[in-house]
Amino acid sequence: MEILDILLTVNFWAAAIRIATPLIFGVLGALMCERAGVLNLGIEGIFTAGAMAGWMAVWLGCGLWTGVLVAALAGAIFGLLHAILTVVLGLSQHVSGIGITLLATSLGYFTYRTALPNVSTPPRIIPFQPLDIPVLSDIPFIGPVLFQQTALTLLAFILVGLVAWLLYRTPLGLALRAVGDNPSSIEAQGLSVRGLRIGAVVAGSSLMALGGAFLTMSAFDAFFFGMVNGRGWICIALVVFASWQPGKALLGALLFGAFDAFQIRLQTEVGAFVPGQVFLMMPYLLSILALILVARKADYPRSLLVPWFKGQR
Amino acid sequence: MMQSKGQAEKGSVVLSLENITKRFGSLVANDDLSLSLNRGEILALLGENGAGKTTLMNILFGHYVPEEGTICVADDAGVLHELPKGSPSAALDAGVGMVHQHFTLAENLTGFDNIVLGTESLWQVWRSRAALRGRIEAIMQESGLTVDLDVKTAQLSVGEKQRIEILKALYRDVRVLILDEPTAVLTPQEADGLFVVLRRLAAKGLGVIFISHKLGEVLAVSHRIAVLRGGKKAGELITADADKRAIADMMVGRAVPPLQRNPSQVGSIILEFDRVSLKRGSMRQSLNDVSFAVKAGEIVGLAGVSGNGQSAIAALISGLETVDTGSVRLYGEPMKTNDPRALVAAGVARMPEDRQHDGVVGSMSVAENIAIEDLHSKEFQTAGFINRKAMRERADHGIKAYDIRCQGPDAQARLLSGGNIQKLILARVLERSPKVILANQPTRGLDIGAQSEVHQRILAARDRGAGVLLISEDLDELFALSDRLLVVHTGEVTDAGAVEGLDRGSVGMMMAGHSAHAAGEGRI
Ligand SMILES: Nc1ncnc2c1ncn2[C@@H]1O[C@H](COP(=O)(O)OP(=O)(O)OP(=O)(O)O)[C@@H](O)[C@H]1O
Ligand SMILES: [Mg+2]
Repeated sequence: MEILDILLTVNFWAAAIRIATPLIFGVLGALMCERAGVLNLGIEGIFTAGAMAGWMAVWLGCGLWTGVLVAALAGAIFGLLHAILTVVLGLSQHVSGIGITLLATSLGYFTYRTALPNVSTPPRIIPFQPLDIPVLSDIPFIGPVLFQQTALTLLAFILVGLVAWLLYRTPLGLALRAVGDNPSSIEAQGLSVRGLRIGAVVAGSSLMALGGAFLTMSAFDAFFFGMVNGRGWICIALVVFASWQPGKALLGALLFGAFDAFQIRLQTEVGAFVPGQVFLMMPYLLSILALILVARKADYPRSLLVPWFKGQR
Repeated sequence: MMQSKGQAEKGSVVLSLENITKRFGSLVANDDLSLSLNRGEILALLGENGAGKTTLMNILFGHYVPEEGTICVADDAGVLHELPKGSPSAALDAGVGMVHQHFTLAENLTGFDNIVLGTESLWQVWRSRAALRGRIEAIMQESGLTVDLDVKTAQLSVGEKQRIEILKALYRDVRVLILDEPTAVLTPQEADGLFVVLRRLAAKGLGVIFISHKLGEVLAVSHRIAVLRGGKKAGELITADADKRAIADMMVGRAVPPLQRNPSQVGSIILEFDRVSLKRGSMRQSLNDVSFAVKAGEIVGLAGVSGNGQSAIAALISGLETVDTGSVRLYGEPMKTNDPRALVAAGVARMPEDRQHDGVVGSMSVAENIAIEDLHSKEFQTAGFINRKAMRERADHGIKAYDIRCQGPDAQARLLSGGNIQKLILARVLERSPKVILANQPTRGLDIGAQSEVHQRILAARDRGAGVLLISEDLDELFALSDRLLVVHTGEVTDAGAVEGLDRGSVGMMMAGHSAHAAGEGRI
């Protein structure tokens, strides 16, 4: 197969979207937090917690959608913890975030190990199945790429629109954008800086956890150690790439997904001559390049990382 | 549109502050203060920089929680209710609106979004922009405070931001309106427009508290004057019975000495703009073939309505911009315009227009902020390490000499009152005996005592042989200090000649864009 022909296959694009899906959830979540002025480096751990909690719920007998809710709830709890530490107590967002990542990751593994002490192969659940939407799934090319994905992928795409609508079309979104730029503007208009920030971090963290849930409940059907594998960190970089805009966030996640899918396919083509690690490196390298090109012009939320206290000048 | 709430009788009390005390550590910013405001009244609140005016208003609005005291606001029927402390939303609900001295604008939003922020229910799933917009436009028309609503606030000039801040307060239906130095950055024309609005609002029954350091406008617009000194109330006056002297006496406890001006000893040209053009995005910020020179030992005033190119000229002299064509020469040498550090080393003193933003690093101490331009000099370094002792000595000296009211050299700069931040900047740049001084709105926000102090220092620097470019919108200041006047209009600079030969009328005409020739009738 010619290398460029890869780009024309249904298989390639469907894979790209599948790889992008958890990133879309994660980058939307990170974007929500950061728009409100809070960096959430707990993302990597929240992914793990969401992956574990969602899978565990289903394995224990809940329905798939209940599992999704449980994952979101797990994310919300860690988000609340991060919000209390950074927004209420004003601690360093970096330190708290990394702490949350360590805590949530370990807690995820710990719970898994305690619940399943003696298994060698991870038990499987029946994950979300590809949809078969009547007319839409039958459109040539686009149908299989877009509409034969699972319901969670569709949910991710819908959430991009919803978050964009929230940010740019609703008074709440206006307040969110303002609180990340200058919290005094919020206080002077009689709104609650803390309330907005806590809300954004909690909601954003639930979105991140859905990214994790996608891994165990749609991409795979079991929970493995190390399965998140840096996806959270990629999301943190993608937010900058996206200039904190949902539309560009989607684009960034899809680009990354395409790089990754391409890399896998390229390996089978020319893997005989080039070491495999080069391919694994490629999406990250390209992400760094993309960041270099875009991030210098990025318009950071001006109060990102800056704690706010009442009565402070 | 901008009417007050309620039917209560005019002249009845609408706001009363009782025995307010606020401490910051050991500093008592408000000491057992009481103040009341009637419906339909414009009360001017005066006092030196750091007297506690902003603090008192921040307590009233709920930003600060006072240690002691009560705040009561009247309802529609005129009955006073105590306001919960520390709650801006309660203050807003009670009908208190505030124009903050330090802008509370989100810079990533447009002016429109900043104005309507928080006025709609947060749980609405869409925004009804068109209706809100009509309302704002009506207010802009009525008040004469117009501004482009669709530009991101970060791109607006200080004056435009101030207008947004005022519109934000007028947009809400208020019965008490607080304005903390709203005119500091407005042009005289805009200020006049604002006063018309304030009078109209007062006539409709609003109570207005107005803070300003400009005694002329205070006398013109207010009904009553309250003076703070050192956090205490120094007294109250009925405006009709007051004059500048009496107010000044009450504010500073002494009379302000008149300016001493010696004839100028003009030397050679030290700063020269030679056919400089600069185009930056919007038309208003660009310069078009600008030529002028500043000689050693003279003060050249640059008159003009703000936004006509002053900031571009200032940015060039500060080393923050580069010319498109033409050249800027310093001591006859073409200037490397993008090297601020070299400029400072060459003896250029810069006073930025937006002192909060460009003038200080808020989280650093007063001492560090005073030394910051000189950190790499021998004075503040030993073997590559910062010499803290020398830094503190310089700060102690600056604090004394410039009367910076703060808790000491280690206080964070952002805790200082607006006027005191300006004094800090002066202490930083003037203490180095600069040869070229860019005085961009040097007395903006300063109290009358500090103003005359600064004027004296600028004159002293000029007598010492420094060349000064004074950018100001205040014609009084320009005429009192300058030896020569330039007028800038839509990016073009005209030489108006020696101040002795000029009158305000002709300069005003030139500021409005009429040529020197047409304005020539006005010359004496
Ligand atoms: N949050 C704070 N923390 C510490 N000190 C403060 C704080 N807010 C104000 N101060 C101090 O309280 C004093 C009064 O400040 P305030 O801003 O009320 O003065 P002001 O009368 O408004 O002066 P200006 O005319 O310069 O604006 C100043 O000495 C200031 O440094
Ligand atoms: Mg003040």
